[in-house]
Amino acid sequence: MSDATENASVSEALVPPEALSQHVWSLLEQVPDPEIPVISVVDLGIVRSVRMEGATAHVTLTPTYSGCPATRAIEQSVREHLERHGISTCLQTTFTPPWTTDWITPQARERLRDYGITPPEPRSGPIPCPFCSSSETRLQSEFGSTPCKALHFCKACLQPFEQFKCV
Amino acid sequence: MELNAAQRQSCFEYLLRHADDRLVLGHRLSEWCGHAPILEESLALANIALDLIGQATHLYGLAAELEGSGRTEDDLAFLRRPEEFRNLQLVEQPNGDFAMTLVRQFLFDAYDVLFLEQLQRSVHPELGGIAGKALKEAQYHLRHSQQWLLRLGDGTEESHRRTQEALDELWRFSHELCVPDELDIEMQALGIGVDLGSLAEAWQESVLPVLCAATLMVPDDPYQVVGSRSGFHTEHLGYLLAEMQSLPRSFPGAQW
Repeated sequence: MSDATENASVSEALVPPEALSQHVWSLLEQVPDPEIPVISVVDLGIVRSVRMEGATAHVTLTPTYSGCPATRAIEQSVREHLERHGISTCLQTTFTPPWTTDWITPQARERLRDYGITPPEPRSGPIPCPFCSSSETRLQSEFGSTPCKALHFCKACLQPFEQFKCV
Repeated sequence: MELNAAQRQSCFEYLLRHADDRLVLGHRLSEWCGHAPILEESLALANIALDLIGQATHLYGLAAELEGSGRTEDDLAFLRRPEEFRNLQLVEQPNGDFAMTLVRQFLFDAYDVLFLEQLQRSVHPELGGIAGKALKEAQYHLRHSQQWLLRLGDGTEESHRRTQEALDELWRFSHELCVPDELDIEMQALGIGVDLGSLAEAWQESVLPVLCAATLMVPDDPYQVVGSRSGFHTEHLGYLLAEMQSLPRSFPGAQW
């Protein structure tokens, strides 16, 4: 997506605060998660609020996991993206309420599946394979390549796959 | 929340002891990275280490803010001496074999879930928030260590022997997990900390059935280690910190 927009420099005098915060939300939808780039930070549910104070956006983020190594990269890309669009940015972090996979948007769940990661669903029993949809799968480990994913194995197509774990 | 100077100091010390637990145990687990018996466990232990070190970072950050002397979370982690650390002696024990690591983890995880369940209701909103987040992580840490304990204890003759030996070695460090000292009592009275003594029974109820199902025997050695929270440590902590702190101490202010 192009970074050049007609709103490249917004000023409080011209745009009402609600429209401005809507604009910030839409810009944030363009910031990808650094580890799963098919979903945005908004899709992931880690942007908790946007509040405009004059031309400054106060953005509150919540980390997915305490030790998520992507947290700093996310903060940096959020700040850079907004500032590139002329919005001075003040970031805050909150832990309350703690992040939950319920906040991942429905569209993002579909995109995760297309990307080869089974989206988080509270369910008992085997997790369906994102490649062949078989339920003949087993949990290999609750710990995958990133803190947010678990490792499964599909007995039908013999393919290991990851699931976004449900927390 | 409004605290007077003495209460701020107490709260600072309270945060440090729980941050220290997480940093030291996280560092121990990170030593397995690339060395675990199977790839999945290398990933699992590294993931758990990451959670614990992340939790430590947030607690040190809060402590640094409260202290207000300009020290950062990195200064608190990397520039304090062994006798200034207030972590439980349990978490500084060497990894030993895989059984030793998992028994250490199980004894801690069972405590940690109970501890965080209470701490998330702290009247200190930031601390409660960090605890609420950490609790979700501690719950799957416990599932992991508990499942391994069952498999190792009730596994082969060799895995049973090694797990029993680990339990015999580590049990004496578990007593002080749920014994409150003056600081605990002060923090509980302020509504900031937990009622540590109340966890003792729940901890037994969480741990003993698993040990029993894993065909492991609780050692009847009455000796119990005390004093971790006053700065008493086994010799292992010094070596651990020497390695962990070598870079920031050799290159003060290093950035990357």
